[in-house]
Amino acid sequence: MRTRLAVDIGGTFTDVVIEHDGTRRTTKVLTTSSEPERGVMQGVQAVLAEAGIGAGDIDMFVHGTTLATNAIIERKGVVTGLITTEGFRDTLVIADEGRFDQYDIFIDKPEPLVPRYLRLPVPERIDPAGGIRLALDEGAVRAAAAELVGQGVQSVAVGLFHSYVNPVHERRIGEILREEYPDLSVTLSSEVCPEVREYERLSTACANAYVQPLMARYLTRLDKDLHELGLACPFFLMTSGGGLTRLETAVRFPIRLVESGPAGGAILASRIAAECGLDRVLSFDMGGTTAKVCLIEDGQPETARTFEVDRAARFRKGSGLPLRIPVIEMVEIGAGGGSIARLDDLRRITVGPDSAGAEPGPACYGRGGTAATVTDADVALGRIDPDRFAGGKMALDLDAAASAIEASIATPLGLSGTMGAFGITEMVDENMANAARVHAVERGKAVGDYTVIAFGGAAPLHAVRLAEKLSLDRVVVPTNAGVGSAVGFLRAPVSYEVVRSRYMTLSQFDAQAANDVLTAMQEEAEAIVRAGAPDQSLVERRLAYMRYVGQGHEIVVPLPVRALTADDVDLLRQGFVTEYEKLYARAIPGADMEILSFALTVGTPPDAPEALTSVADGALAVPTGRRQVFDAEQDAFVDVPVYWRFDFAPGARIPGPAVIEENETSTFVSARFDAVLNSGGYIIMERRAEAAKEAAE
Amino acid sequence: MNRHDALSEIKMQIMWNRLLAVVEEQAQTLMRSAFSPIVRECGDLSAGIFDLKGRMLAQAVTGTPGHVNSMAESVKHFIAKFPVETMREGDIYITNDPWQGTGHLNDFVLTTPAYHHGSLVGLFSCTSHLIDIGGIGFGPDANDVHAEGIYIPMLKLAENGVINHTLMEMIKANTRMPVESEGDVYSLAACNDIGCQRLSEMMDEFELTDLDNLAHHIIENSRQAVLNRIADVPNGVYRNTMTVDGYDHALDLVATTTVSDVGIHVDYDGTSPMSKFGINVPLAYTTAYTVFGLGSAIAPDIPNNAGSLGPFTVGAPTGSILNALYPAAVSSRHVVGQMLPDVVFGCLRQAVPDRVPAEGTSCLWTITLRGQVAGRNDAASVTFNAVTNGGTGARPGKDGLSATAYPSGVRGTPVEITESTLPVIVWRKELRPDSGGAGRTRGGHGQTIEIESSNGAPLEILAAFDRIDHPPRGRDGGADGAAGYLGLKSGEKLRGKGFQDIPAGDRLVVLTPGGAGLGDAAERAAQSIESDLKDGLISRDAASNLYGHNVD
Repeated sequence: MRTRLAVDIGGTFTDVVIEHDGTRRTTKVLTTSSEPERGVMQGVQAVLAEAGIGAGDIDMFVHGTTLATNAIIERKGVVTGLITTEGFRDTLVIADEGRFDQYDIFIDKPEPLVPRYLRLPVPERIDPAGGIRLALDEGAVRAAAAELVGQGVQSVAVGLFHSYVNPVHERRIGEILREEYPDLSVTLSSEVCPEVREYERLSTACANAYVQPLMARYLTRLDKDLHELGLACPFFLMTSGGGLTRLETAVRFPIRLVESGPAGGAILASRIAAECGLDRVLSFDMGGTTAKVCLIEDGQPETARTFEVDRAARFRKGSGLPLRIPVIEMVEIGAGGGSIARLDDLRRITVGPDSAGAEPGPACYGRGGTAATVTDADVALGRIDPDRFAGGKMALDLDAAASAIEASIATPLGLSGTMGAFGITEMVDENMANAARVHAVERGKAVGDYTVIAFGGAAPLHAVRLAEKLSLDRVVVPTNAGVGSAVGFLRAPVSYEVVRSRYMTLSQFDAQAANDVLTAMQEEAEAIVRAGAPDQSLVERRLAYMRYVGQGHEIVVPLPVRALTADDVDLLRQGFVTEYEKLYARAIPGADMEILSFALTVGTPPDAPEALTSVADGALAVPTGRRQVFDAEQDAFVDVPVYWRFDFAPGARIPGPAVIEENETSTFVSARFDAVLNSGGYIIMERRAEAAKEAAE
Repeated sequence: MNRHDALSEIKMQIMWNRLLAVVEEQAQTLMRSAFSPIVRECGDLSAGIFDLKGRMLAQAVTGTPGHVNSMAESVKHFIAKFPVETMREGDIYITNDPWQGTGHLNDFVLTTPAYHHGSLVGLFSCTSHLIDIGGIGFGPDANDVHAEGIYIPMLKLAENGVINHTLMEMIKANTRMPVESEGDVYSLAACNDIGCQRLSEMMDEFELTDLDNLAHHIIENSRQAVLNRIADVPNGVYRNTMTVDGYDHALDLVATTTVSDVGIHVDYDGTSPMSKFGINVPLAYTTAYTVFGLGSAIAPDIPNNAGSLGPFTVGAPTGSILNALYPAAVSSRHVVGQMLPDVVFGCLRQAVPDRVPAEGTSCLWTITLRGQVAGRNDAASVTFNAVTNGGTGARPGKDGLSATAYPSGVRGTPVEITESTLPVIVWRKELRPDSGGAGRTRGGHGQTIEIESSNGAPLEILAAFDRIDHPPRGRDGGADGAAGYLGLKSGEKLRGKGFQDIPAGDRLVVLTPGGAGLGDAAERAAQSIESDLKDGLISRDAASNLYGHNVD
């Protein structure tokens, strides 16, 4: 049995997971923001001691971190410069010229990471076909570099027009910079994001440049510390796209590490989906401040190429800095246990996006918080036992929860406290259901027959209601839901995705040009993956991003993994029509199609998971007690049995309504669902047959 | 309140929330499947749900205030033409009538009756901007609406689920881009279908047979919320006049805004008469932009529906440029219509000065070019709209936004996309220093743009710009924003409106206006002046002469 170690640095906690001899051990330590490696080392030493092994026994180490994201949000990156095409000094500010809020006159747009005086233009110009319209003025490059270095710049992004087609000028600038200033960090937009659309490409390049020196220093320090501890195995980093990459690549393109934590959660959900034989899964991660939903089909999470970081208006699309990198696509909304509920001017209950956080926390924490939160509502409705929260380590104040809800919601609306609490949970569950539904539509899907996989502290309490609202019949709550991301890291393949723009219409399909691009991409991806998986067999996936000529949004069309020939144009056309009809029902007869970009992923195949079964053996589990819990479908408090999750064996059945408690969370089973423990110890909630029939009617 | 009522109160709130999600889904479907670049890249579309009386219950938040009330009004016209008792499941109604729809022929409006278990329960409507509808093309040069393109009266696009292929053939035969136009019509139809489907699912879940109670709840709560906000605005009559360039002569836009306990009424008596060219504005579009301005200042967070829009009313003299009559040319009605929030703000600043900005660029500076494209065999030439913007007006306590659309919310077009689509090369597109009006808070900056043909063939511009002769005016001692400019690199100044040639080898030069300043420039924080100087956004001359800043 291999021994694997994973560390996930989040904003508050650093989670450490070790798997050794078939046993998983986990620990949480506080994140040490100024020197994150201290927290990591502390957590690693703790789990090693618990497991009774040394660092030298570890076969694989995987690390994910939000440090790059936080450096951008807190504007703690290095002083960064940009060298760009003359005439386009303000691309980062002009952005898309839009406003993310139509009606708010007083919005603030995100501040660019590079101020204008450090954005220096140089004469040069390349056209969309890659032709050089104006030669690069190397003297101007040297002058700009001197000016930037004189201003204290430590890192330079180079972002020129159409460099995704022809990077020759960017590369030359890179050479000049390295020649003259060997210590300067240099990011070329054609390397970090070789894709059309200047704002997104330059934004990505600048963000990479902004965090590169910090991340390089941190990762190098951590590598050294771990080495000194005796760690001799390969060091992998979790990327936002859900794959693992080696340290050397992470140091060059640290921007690929943003959102690695949530990606780990999605990988975990994908793994569980495979174990349970589920084709279509809605992964539902609800923590203290946000809820994240990700769609997983056939064991593969949905992926995308854009992500927004540092949204000025929280969770508001368009208010952040766009990053064009491969990411696992998910929707995130301000709906967590700590999300604050209040009434708006229309006397509507609103929940979030702001959160009471850990300090002062929800009113029921008794730490001075007076705002009513989702957790307060869950306590008031009996779903959380105030005496057994966090394994009984922290007694909750039911009265404080009730008075907060009365003051801010129930009394102004003329409702009872319970109804006020119910209003809060209904609204937050509705918001999450709506977000999931709209997210699915944006991906051209309908959530009709999906299974919910719920993890994160608050998800098991809300998952069944989410399923009811989305008319879904099954919910899975895995073990170790609280450290899901780090567990997920251990299930990720070593893989790397390359995306490049290469425009062509199908009526003028150029197989040779496509093959040239794909071959170069394959070589790039394989070289990176081979560094981490020298001997394993590799799998490859090729995609084209296509649209009808004149359309704006590309859709993903699978390509065969081989050289293309002129005859493949029919295959591409058919592939596009198939995908288009899936998304929009009706294909457009006679319209020409175009390819904008290609994507190619090389990776190790996923380990075949052990198939889990969830057959109820007829034994009914024995409750540890009973309490009054409000049930939404029955509109009433009902006497509900309470179970301790680790009291009973796989196969035992728990009829709803019920509460299943464990240290980090509780699972609520509604009256329309039954729960069973499967052979992996996961709670599987299924809608009862008669309830399913009712729902269908 | 007994428990039953309490539950229904909560359910009402949940269902309202759901309707907003349904129209959002409807709009997303449209945006993702649209062909028209201005729809999919820029969000020029609208979608909403209506009850059987034609009252709007929810509208998706998209990029186009011009559709705010106009699409709502158009559903009432559809119901008048096709009474609800004659509607059948599978019907789809269509029009692009500027006076029954959203103000110009490019906007196709589709309305679909929504059924639940066989009963008619509501209507979904949507509109988007088609890129080409024949005629002389998208610009203000026509002298009547019929020269502007195909005119579709209120017709059935589908009856009982069967598409009207005759109509579809007529549409395709009357556009330079038949494939794209057909695709856009289908995309509108699909977007309403999604809405109908989701509504029926919601009614099942909440065991509803009609929307009456929900409609009442939404409309009454919203109306009351807006009235409460209006109560915070001092009652009174506030007047403002703004002069804009017009096509061949300047136009006065004159507003009298009356704030009372029952609402806010804006009357445009005294406004200039209709133009001979396509910058005339049908009343529905005038109302849309006026109400948008009022809503932004008074109740920005309250969703649009019949209740929230009801307390805001608008009138304009028949035959004035803000209440243009058939058969006036209206293609570029946005050039004048988008000025109206600034006209309204000029009234409101007398009542609530802290809630409204100084004047800004206001209208979009959409550069509409025609050129020859190699390799396209379906059209001899291609038209392309590159959406660009100037600066917005300085705000109380904050500078204006540079190169940002306002009041329109459509997004700009990436240069690399423009160059991949049209045979042009853009040599410059960056901020225009010193263009934002000086003030305690500064106006947002405009842009300097230079464009040249990339294939040796000449280009044509279909210009429809304003604020060239009449720049945004400063407020409370702030300076005016810089005027816009249109010309050739070789020196010739071009007109702000109408078709003009750009010879091969020459460059089109566009300077978009800056927003106006607010307050005395001498009061501007020294730190802000220094930061602008360091960034080269204001010149040393400006710092010293306009702001009185010691630059040594």
